[in-house]
Amino acid sequence: MIYNIPFIAVAALIMIGLYAVIFKRNLIKIVIGITLIESGVNLFLITLGYREKSIAPIHTGNPEGIMSLPVPQALTLTSIVIGVAVLALMLSLIIHIYRHYGTLDVRKLAKEEDEE
Amino acid sequence: MNMDTILTHSPALIIAVPLLGAFLTPLISRINDKLRNVFVILTVGLTGFLVSLLSYDVLINGKIHTYVFGSQDIGSPVVRILFEVDGMNAFMIIIGAILVFVAVVYSWAFMKENTGLDKYYTLILLMAAGMFGMMLTGDMFNFFVFLEITSISSCALIAFWTNKGKAVEAGFKYIVISTIGALFILFAIAILYGQYNALNMAVLANSIQSPMTFLDKTALVLLIAGLAMKAGIVPMHMWLPDAYGRAPASVTLILVGTTQASLYALFRMVFTVYGNSLSLDAEPLRQIGEVDITLNGLLGVIIVLLAIITIIVGVLMALKQSDFKRTIAFAAVAEIGYMFLAVGAGLWAIGTTHGMMALKGGIFHIINDALDVGLLFLVAGAIYYATKETSLNKMGGLARNMKYTTIFFLIGLLAVSGMPPMNGFASKLLIYESTYLINPILAIVAILCSILLLAVFVKVFHSAFLGPKIPRFNDVKEVPKSMLIAMGLLACVIIFFGLFPDLIVNNIVDPAANALANNSNYISQIIGGP
Repeated sequence: MIYNIPFIAVAALIMIGLYAVIFKRNLIKIVIGITLIESGVNLFLITLGYREKSIAPIHTGNPEGIMSLPVPQALTLTSIVIGVAVLALMLSLIIHIYRHYGTLDVRKLAKEEDEE
Repeated sequence: MNMDTILTHSPALIIAVPLLGAFLTPLISRINDKLRNVFVILTVGLTGFLVSLLSYDVLINGKIHTYVFGSQDIGSPVVRILFEVDGMNAFMIIIGAILVFVAVVYSWAFMKENTGLDKYYTLILLMAAGMFGMMLTGDMFNFFVFLEITSISSCALIAFWTNKGKAVEAGFKYIVISTIGALFILFAIAILYGQYNALNMAVLANSIQSPMTFLDKTALVLLIAGLAMKAGIVPMHMWLPDAYGRAPASVTLILVGTTQASLYALFRMVFTVYGNSLSLDAEPLRQIGEVDITLNGLLGVIIVLLAIITIIVGVLMALKQSDFKRTIAFAAVAEIGYMFLAVGAGLWAIGTTHGMMALKGGIFHIINDALDVGLLFLVAGAIYYATKETSLNKMGGLARNMKYTTIFFLIGLLAVSGMPPMNGFASKLLIYESTYLINPILAIVAILCSILLLAVFVKVFHSAFLGPKIPRFNDVKEVPKSMLIAMGLLACVIIFFGLFPDLIVNNIVDPAANALANNSNYISQIIGGP
């Protein structure tokens, strides 16, 4: 059971993130939801590579014991970098939207669209 | 350096050339604007040359090219990225090359009055590099990376006109949908990696045997959901009309290409990675009474249903739009439905001749849709350029002043609604014939919606080009040469494809369809023969 906790956390993070994206009306909260999903997926990748009592996969000085798998960590690193880029882009778009409409509420934005 | 060396390295060069060009563009832009435009066109032209070299070798000589980044040693457990180019990849990169080239030529005049063009061209080239990457890669995680490169750069381009609130909104919608889709895909990749310890598509395809495990099924669902989101299948299409409608027309053209790259990836996942479970002798998923539920039947029915809904929703929504580009965007949704319909039908009736025919029709329709919808978007862009107007209600009588544009619109109109002798007719006929054999209702819906599409565009044609003179448009001039050349290029290809469909089907579409239908060649190229 104790070893399943990371996976439960993954499921919880993704579910909370999806909930935020679908039901929240504030654009910033939607962005937070997306980052939550992303953290969930990243945690999943990291957890896949972990073995019980393993050490970090650094070969310097011939350490003893088993190492965790480095490939998922490399993947996660890439995914985090991409995530930062996406986050920055989304926030900058939100700044522009706020300048144009003066609101971040999805309902009010939709109303503006109808009026135009 | 002789031709063979270039050919061997072309899969890497097709991505490297636009990528390098992208980062050189701002530097050259400091010298001279015209020089930058020439440089970008040359970069894209060089990429196009490499694409034609590679795809000629793959399609005509029937070779499968692989390109290894990292250790060349096949045997050892290595970390490396493989590019694999078979008929389907070669087919897709041709589409990508045509679209990017036309878009860049079109941009010369279309974007002239904008500022920040060095960034614009950089993003265009990045988008092209990402798109080619998606089409060429044989590695799941690498695919995810290229997908994100493409979606980040295309999001920035959709919101390029930041002075318009709606463009920014469309960009935001796009990035939300594409990020969630990409994360679904990454989750699926992680599941497959955890199970099989491999990221290579061919190795995964070899490992996923029938019967599928529970994790395989989960990953398949996540992959289809994520990629369908990116490809704009109803009910996940709402970002598409906004993004297509608000982006500059030249960007929309490449967006069509990236959407189709996602569609290609969907086919690749279903047909190649899960190909072993699709074959007829694979074990059924479940038995209900006497009926076996097989993977290909189930997937086929689901895809066909989604496709029918996509076609109907797309066409009906197109009918009620009053904005020029949004009308075309909804028509583009419907067109994606046609490809999906044909491929779903092919999946449903896998292993039969009409199943194969449906598959061919669907694949042929991918290139036709890119050309037809692309041409229409360019015309819409040209009208916006000349009149600064997007609403159909305020247009009229433009045929008097814009002769060539009118002709190009007519060509696009006939092609998109599947009229002979344009290319849309050739592929749609294949789709009608094959789906009729599978279920007549499918063909009836497809034909009916094609007629409705014709109605949509005749309405558009009437309200934009015909009708009385509007004094406001008296001094509207024909658009500059570079835009006419771009539209003319597409129109020529459309007519050529329409007049010689046999040539295209036999030489380009057949290898692609065979590559999809039979995944053993793709696998054995990496794993080694059976």
